[in-house]
Amino acid sequence: MLKVVLARLQQGHRTVAFPGADPVLPDRFRGLPVLDPSKCATGCQACAEACPTDAITTHQRGLQLDLGRCLFCGECTAVCPEGAVQFTQDYRLATQAREDLVLDGQALRLAQALDRETRRLFGRSLKLRQVSAGGCNACEADVNVLNTVVFDLGRFGIQFVAAPRHADGVLITGPVTENMRLALQKTYDAVPAPKLVIAVGACAISGGPYVDHLEVHNGAASVVPVDLYIPGCPPHPLTILDGLLRLLGRLR
Amino acid sequence: MSATFPVYNGDAVDVCDVPELSVADFRDTVIREVDAGARIAALFGQAANGSAVRLIAVLANGATGTLGVTSTVVSDAYPALTPDCTPAHWFEREIAEQWGVEPKGHPWLKPMRSPNATTFFRVEGAEIHEVAVGPVHAGVIEPGHFRFQCHGEHVFHLEIALGYQHRGVERALVGGPTKRTIHYMETLAGDTSVGHATAYCQAVEALSGDRVTARAEVLRGVALELERLANHTGDLGALAGDVGYLPTAAYCGRLRGDFLNMTALICGNRFSRGLVVPGGVAVDVDAARVHQLLERLERAFRDVTQAVNLLWETPSVQTRFENTGPLSQDLCIALGLVGPVARACGVERDVRHEFPTGIFRFAQIPVSTWHSGDVFARAYVRWLEMQRSVAFIREQLATLPAGPIRVTGRPLAANRLAVSLVEGWRGEICHVARTDGGGRFAHYKVVDPSFHNWFGLAMAVRNQQISDFPLCNKSFNLSYCGHDL
Repeated sequence: MLKVVLARLQQGHRTVAFPGADPVLPDRFRGLPVLDPSKCATGCQACAEACPTDAITTHQRGLQLDLGRCLFCGECTAVCPEGAVQFTQDYRLATQAREDLVLDGQALRLAQALDRETRRLFGRSLKLRQVSAGGCNACEADVNVLNTVVFDLGRFGIQFVAAPRHADGVLITGPVTENMRLALQKTYDAVPAPKLVIAVGACAISGGPYVDHLEVHNGAASVVPVDLYIPGCPPHPLTILDGLLRLLGRLR
Repeated sequence: MSATFPVYNGDAVDVCDVPELSVADFRDTVIREVDAGARIAALFGQAANGSAVRLIAVLANGATGTLGVTSTVVSDAYPALTPDCTPAHWFEREIAEQWGVEPKGHPWLKPMRSPNATTFFRVEGAEIHEVAVGPVHAGVIEPGHFRFQCHGEHVFHLEIALGYQHRGVERALVGGPTKRTIHYMETLAGDTSVGHATAYCQAVEALSGDRVTARAEVLRGVALELERLANHTGDLGALAGDVGYLPTAAYCGRLRGDFLNMTALICGNRFSRGLVVPGGVAVDVDAARVHQLLERLERAFRDVTQAVNLLWETPSVQTRFENTGPLSQDLCIALGLVGPVARACGVERDVRHEFPTGIFRFAQIPVSTWHSGDVFARAYVRWLEMQRSVAFIREQLATLPAGPIRVTGRPLAANRLAVSLVEGWRGEICHVARTDGGGRFAHYKVVDPSFHNWFGLAMAVRNQQISDFPLCNKSFNLSYCGHDL
């Protein structure tokens, strides 16, 4: 028993100060990319050609980057001699509209708080059912991390529950494989209305690395209406937490 | 011509050097080798002439340190290996599903990645009841379906239906490498990015003849062991959580993140995305970063030692771990299990020791085993391995060789077959790449350790209480996506 008490003392208090204080991220962390189309050499498509998921396009309306497809791999920055695409340390990425994820040099339009009535319902208590529908389990891992003492999701009134009937919404990861489509639909249907749908990770937003595979449906929105998109491959736990809190109006 | 052609781990052979045996000789060879102590690292089909299918077997004999490859050509059906060679059973189900070839006499032939169109083995009896779980589970975990045949709490039989995560990766790899290939590899199982990316890079380097520098090999080894540390720490915490011992569960939950964040210190990503690349590694570490890594390693190791030792000193934990979900050594060998699960049955299987590549040729990590085959053994082997991983990282970072981190890749040689094994944290990862006449992938086979081990979990819960299933499941912690591909 004494050892348990000693361990408790040694292990200390480990919950991050977020959202009170700015989090410290590793210096090589690849967060929000910023574009500077003015640096692009005429006709250069190096970044678009290097992008593994074709998240970058250069031909239609100049340089554009779709955060919903981006794997944050940095292949684009590696091939761009001018620095027209650069990854910043900014972990805040969540949006409410799919089209808001398409960057073209403008500031990212982050998710806004839900309307008053929805916030009255979910603002202080949000129960989520998670559905993993394809993907690689990395998004699930960094969603799970929110339950550790480090992020302590419970202090915000957010909790993952075992049954969809106990839930206020569904948090979806993975590209939605054909083999999971029915299970996702049934889970969504079992959640009482009004309900929220949160798509976490490149797969759930666009299909990610598996985009356009015959076996997948290119993301959650192909099956259910999505209220919040959280990009990344996988998103950092803080990116997910930031998105959830933003939607609930807990961040300004 | 001998029945198998020798191949070294991380090396390639000419496709025409692979023996093409008659079906009878192929069966005899695989059965004989497995009886003699080899394991099936891979057994799969490839398109042959016309509608024929070439079956290729990669046999790994750890005791002699030899890898052999052999093949045969079949058309619609062939006599199944499984009745005489149990480790083949999962592989033959996959062959039947992928190629429409029937292994005649297979005792339980059904699709393995079509979970919505499957029937289950049923135990009949007035007091028998069936419990169905999944694909959507209670926790934040991947989808799979578990069908239990129970009498009260007692589990007679468990059948596991997978395939919900099937996203067509192997099919998409054909014709590569492309700009997306390395990203497929990093996401075969997202918690094993280093393991699978290293297996892929070894295969590609075998085909291109590129020689990775010593510095890159060390950094790959360090990343692989950090991945092991993070996942084993998470598993020990989760095991503690499953028996309601919250101190270790809480501490390990945080400490797993500390190991992931060390990985992020190296490459910016908690799952090592973008670190291991063909030809070496993508980012270097300077002295200051090495110093910080070592400092963080010592802090995390001190805390994890304390957190994990609480498990062994707490009788209520030990009572739940000991004799729960036991597997005998004979059964483990008969099923062809790998990784910590096999080592927890006292079976010395570890690619780093038997078929070392990269830095593991020079820095030997002793194989950690335990004899009891139960949840305790699977937990304890993880802890033994963690201590050895820490010692390895300490030593390697202290003597990091100088030099470049990456060589520029040459094109892949045509008509070669490369075999690459890596000891990921779950066990043996096997990649087999075959190039066509133009040096592109004509076929690419991935065998995640979970592919070997899922049936082991089904056997471990036999004659246990169904309430112990979560604990048994966690002690295996297998990958759904790595299996389903």
